[in-house]
Amino acid sequence: MSDRKALRFTRVIVPVVALGLIAAACSSKKDNTTTKTGSGGTTPSAAATPFKIAIVAPSATNDLAFTPSLVDAVTSLKSKSNLDIAVSDNLFVVDDAANAIRNYASQGYDLVIAHGSQFGSSVQQIAPQFPKVAFAWGTAGDTFGLDNVFAYQAASDQGGYVNGVMAAMLTKSNVIGVVGPIEVGDAKLYIDGFKVGAQATNSSAQVKVNYIQSFSDVAKAAEAANSFVQAKADVMTGTAQMVVGAVGVCKTNDIAWFGTQSNQTALAPGVVVASQVYHWEVALSQMIDAIKGGTLGGKSYTIDIANGGEVVEFNPGYSLPSDVKTKADDTIAGIKDGSITTGVSGS
Amino acid sequence: MKEFLTVSVLTATAASGIRLAIPFLLASLGETMGQRSGVLNLGVEGVMLLGAFGAYYTALQTHSLWLGALVGIGVGLVLGVVTAVVNVTLKAEQGISGIGIYLFGLGFSDLLFQKLVGTPTPINSLPVLKVPVLARLPLLGKMLFQHSILVYVALLLVPVLAFVLNRTTYGTKIKAVGENPAAADSLGVSVTKIRYSTVILGSVLAGLAGAALALELGIFQQNLTQGEGFIAVALVYFGAWRPTGVLAGSLLYGMVAAVVLTWNTLGIIPQSASGLASMAPAVITVVALVFVARRVRQPAALARAYQRGG
Repeated sequence: MSDRKALRFTRVIVPVVALGLIAAACSSKKDNTTTKTGSGGTTPSAAATPFKIAIVAPSATNDLAFTPSLVDAVTSLKSKSNLDIAVSDNLFVVDDAANAIRNYASQGYDLVIAHGSQFGSSVQQIAPQFPKVAFAWGTAGDTFGLDNVFAYQAASDQGGYVNGVMAAMLTKSNVIGVVGPIEVGDAKLYIDGFKVGAQATNSSAQVKVNYIQSFSDVAKAAEAANSFVQAKADVMTGTAQMVVGAVGVCKTNDIAWFGTQSNQTALAPGVVVASQVYHWEVALSQMIDAIKGGTLGGKSYTIDIANGGEVVEFNPGYSLPSDVKTKADDTIAGIKDGSITTGVSGS
Repeated sequence: MKEFLTVSVLTATAASGIRLAIPFLLASLGETMGQRSGVLNLGVEGVMLLGAFGAYYTALQTHSLWLGALVGIGVGLVLGVVTAVVNVTLKAEQGISGIGIYLFGLGFSDLLFQKLVGTPTPINSLPVLKVPVLARLPLLGKMLFQHSILVYVALLLVPVLAFVLNRTTYGTKIKAVGENPAAADSLGVSVTKIRYSTVILGSVLAGLAGAALALELGIFQQNLTQGEGFIAVALVYFGAWRPTGVLAGSLLYGMVAAVVLTWNTLGIIPQSASGLASMAPAVITVVALVFVARRVRQPAALARAYQRGG
């Protein structure tokens, strides 16, 4: 290439690539710096200094699934605490997430949350290098024996069980479809709990599970749902952010849907029956209190129905038969008082 | 397996395979035209994403799916002009500029989605259009003649573009420019105009591919296309730069994906093997590509900028 061509090439390509990188960076990382000190006094006090929380997450904050459930929880705590929140989402690649975790820790954040079970080894490596920073890893129960690592998880099998009970009562064809991502972690817990609840209620019901091997392939999730329609399923559920495709198929075919992680009523108000909604703030508020009290880790938290960390939110616009609602309420009460256990996670 | 080998399941699986194939088909048909004229565009994925968002957002605001599809096409048109200016006029390194377009499309579509929409909000999806009489045919009716309009458009584009490439003067010029632009130029063919037209056409079809995906699903989410644009580029090689070959590749990919999904649903594939099975569409396509690549030759001037006298 001649010098003139090389110069023209540089003048064109560099801005194009730079623009692309900037656009990608603008969308995938955002800082939500939030509340400042209260009354604006000149001398910052301990009470006025915001508690800094950083969240590193594998998926988008707005996909009505895994990541927004945590981001919403942290945001909800702003009303009670002076928080400064930073979020780095879409970091599915573990190396990228590890960089973000390390960067936040080195910037002096009080709590760095690694919201993804795939980030465990990164937390295990990085946490010892920042002994004065608290780390939280979820969804998991292992703190690696480290004094500055918390772990958190959801007993998602419980809400899955309740949804399964309702699904088994609603189905007329006795075929229930489940669209799953990859058979691991929170997704597996929810689906296993759902299956147990359905089969405990209606032994004739077939619960067909299709793990599509992706957390984000919406088109595949839609076609998996279509295959369930072909198999005569009249009730479905699923987990992970790609379920928006499956919900769309349910909406088109007037098939009841049960959601999890976030309230999915808005996706299809006519067919979403109920959603298991995570309230991570139940665990997070305890973590923040512990950190403020000088304990930076070494404890594992589980949100469940009994402690209010999991709530089954019903869609008021869905005409749920009263016997199904009563059975659901009784099941929730039974899980709370321990008379009903799913047998899935030891809960 | 007996449950799979029933008429209803087989036809439903085939119909699903066609639906899955359509975004690939549209994007790879467009890329075929561009590559036949010697221009490689690796930014197809970015164009698809922006086309998908444009179509989705328009449909969300106006409740008109047609307008959404038109906007998807329009997005492709604009990006096609940009791509053509960068690759043809400014003679940039085509592989790199395409990656730039991809990154721009990925980031900008997500940024727009976050700022303008926020959380996934459903729209009406494309209705099924049953072709009169043909939709009632046993087997073929449900398989081929009960789809949305964009499926029919994509399938009809195959013979149309094949005709254009093989039976028209314009098609001859495209192929000439892709094989030997200097010779074509010496015969009075405007290499620039031909490449501009094919790159813009390619980008229009990529925008339509994204629009088809979003409007078929009735939703948009970040990175909706999940790499389909790159698979579409690979399918151009698979199809030996022929529209009919690209159709075969797209259908192969879509059908294998649909069979895997159906087998998962029916429990034919044990859950322990479903991870391996999910790789089947890509593996089979790559294997087929290896066999095809040994027999065909790419356009001689592919990915090479043309400079008169250079």
